[in-house]
Amino acid sequence: MTTHYLVLSALLFVIGGVGVLVRRNAIVVFMCVELMLNACNLAFVTFARQNGNLDGQVIAFFVMIVAAAEVVIGLAIIVTIFRTRRSASVDDVNLLKY
Amino acid sequence: MEPAKIIEHSGGVIGVSWLLIALPLLGAAFLLLGGRKTDKFGHLLGVATAVASFVVGVLVFLQLLGFDPAERRRAVPLYDFIPGLTKMGLLVDPLSISFVLLITGVGSLIHIYSIGYMAHDPNRRRFFAYLNLFVAAMLLLVLADNYIGLYVGWEGVGLASYLLIGFWQHKPSAATAAKKAFIVNRVGDFGLAIAIFTIFTAFNTVSFAGVMESGADPSQGTLTAIGLLLLLGACGKSAQLPLQSWLLDAMEGPTPVSALIHAATMVTAGVYLVTRSGAMFFPEGSTAAIAVTIVGVATLLAGAIIGTAKDDIKKALAGSTMSQIGYMMLAAGIGPAGYAFAIAHLITHGFFKADMFLGAGSVMHGMNDEVDMRKYGGLRKVMPITFATFLVGYLAIIGFPLLSGYFTKDGIIESAMEYSSTLGWLAVLGAGITGFYMSRLVFMTFFGKKRWEADAHPHESPAVMTWPLIILSVGSIFLGGFLIVGNRFMTFLGPAVGQPEHLPSFHPFSVPGLVTLALVAAGAALAWFKYGAAEVPVTAPRGSFLTTFARRDLYGDALNEALFMRPGQWLTRLAVFFDNRGIDGLVNGIAAGIGGTSGRLRRVQTGFVRSYALSIFIGAAILVGAWFVVGNL
Repeated sequence: MTTHYLVLSALLFVIGGVGVLVRRNAIVVFMCVELMLNACNLAFVTFARQNGNLDGQVIAFFVMIVAAAEVVIGLAIIVTIFRTRRSASVDDVNLLKY
Repeated sequence: MEPAKIIEHSGGVIGVSWLLIALPLLGAAFLLLGGRKTDKFGHLLGVATAVASFVVGVLVFLQLLGFDPAERRRAVPLYDFIPGLTKMGLLVDPLSISFVLLITGVGSLIHIYSIGYMAHDPNRRRFFAYLNLFVAAMLLLVLADNYIGLYVGWEGVGLASYLLIGFWQHKPSAATAAKKAFIVNRVGDFGLAIAIFTIFTAFNTVSFAGVMESGADPSQGTLTAIGLLLLLGACGKSAQLPLQSWLLDAMEGPTPVSALIHAATMVTAGVYLVTRSGAMFFPEGSTAAIAVTIVGVATLLAGAIIGTAKDDIKKALAGSTMSQIGYMMLAAGIGPAGYAFAIAHLITHGFFKADMFLGAGSVMHGMNDEVDMRKYGGLRKVMPITFATFLVGYLAIIGFPLLSGYFTKDGIIESAMEYSSTLGWLAVLGAGITGFYMSRLVFMTFFGKKRWEADAHPHESPAVMTWPLIILSVGSIFLGGFLIVGNRFMTFLGPAVGQPEHLPSFHPFSVPGLVTLALVAAGAALAWFKYGAAEVPVTAPRGSFLTTFARRDLYGDALNEALFMRPGQWLTRLAVFFDNRGIDGLVNGIAAGIGGTSGRLRRVQTGFVRSYALSIFIGAAILVGAWFVVGNL
């Protein structure tokens, strides 16, 4: 059983990681990050269940809280950028460079 | 006979003999700090301190004469100079008091003379301040009872000499000459400093009494090394080969300076050093003592040869000074048999050479500061007093019978003859050359036809200048006989420096003495035929190779330039090149390398978020991969 959950978790993580690397739309990249976080959560919960303690579940809650906070800030930034530049592409946000 | 023991002394005039140094030192300080306000009376104050110092010197001398000869070495402790290393004190003994009387006596006369000579110089006060400074430093040099005090005085006279050679610093030649004197002296002073360090290492003391009685028994090699290093110091200060080159250029200074510092006193400091250290570091027949005699003979010949070819009256006299100090060095190297003659010749030389330098100054004073003897001629009629006094000095230096130089120089030649006949005959030869070049000088200046410049109106100098000349010439006549006949000076000096078991007796008709007289007469006759009877051309003839050789100071400057100056310049250039290309290149290269690499490296920061994500991904992949590899080992 555990193996199936872990494979699913890894699959979700890879989908999220590829999405972050290849997509340009900031909202989509953001969702892919969330996907990776939740893949991790799945792995945590799986291990918690297998080991019979609550450590993994507690960590999963922490991750959710951090993710929620991150969403608040991240979405705010994305909306502000869209307002000023009329674009949500991460490739257009390249002013901070050498 | 060994030198007598040094006795601690307090009370009497000797107890306050520090006044000798303090008076001129205060004079110098007052005149230098007082500035232009003291211009009006500066020269008088300068003379007053010098004369007061002379008076104290005479009183000290009289009190010293009151003691038994074996108790005439008196130490006057003053204060703790460098705690743990040496106390400062004065050593009043026959040797130092002889110098004190010479320095303050001749010094006072030259101070008086300078009032007239420098009358039209706007900086006369500063001149007298420096002269006083010199007298104070020279007295410290001869009175200090330890080598460090001597060194302080030694440097002090060097400073005064530098300031006075470059007194007319608006003349580039004077400024250069002052610098040259200072730099060449540095070489000698370096030797003296190392010698003092070695003395302290070997004896754990630097006082003369301490070194004599320390009981330490350093190796022969150490003693020889100290002796040779002291000789190097003496060579620098006394313009002996191979450090002779500065003295001729030093004639750029005002003539009283040449008389006081570069003829009568400072340049004899080397002879004082050798004599003072003689019993300890220059024992008879030691390597160091032999080196002293060789240096002396080489210099007495070199100086005499240089003197034959110079047309500049002061440079001819400077060559002669070198030569005469060579005689003193020769005598000082011989040991106790020669010390008395060395110091006696030093004193009489102080008189007749100062007499002649001041005479030359008097001539220049009347001739618009012309120094070229080819433009003199026939001056004996217009300057009778200068001529008469100069003639006395001239006869004294060539050793005319019964004048000062006759006794003292003959003493040196006789004792050199007994020591080594080769050195003795070379000294006789030197005396012959002296007869030639001094006669040449006198004939070119005072005899023959007038060869004056159109605007020259020679006249006799004022009384303030002629009286010192007269007094000095009286000393030049009688002093030598007084000191030498009956070994008066040798027995006086004996307790301070040691004296031989058998006192020499004076033979007026010994073979070397007669040969010397014959050679001197021949030299004078030759000079008469070439420069007295014959016409002297106003422009110097080209002359043979030998003439050029002597005119160029035996290529001493050329040698120094080739051996030291040019290699030094190459070394400087090499160092500059190494600094610019090597050190700067390394530092700038590192900076440029870091800057360039950073410039390229920062291009990684593209601003594209996804490329950052990719690099994070690659990094994470590498870390995980590495973890797998390490974990599986």
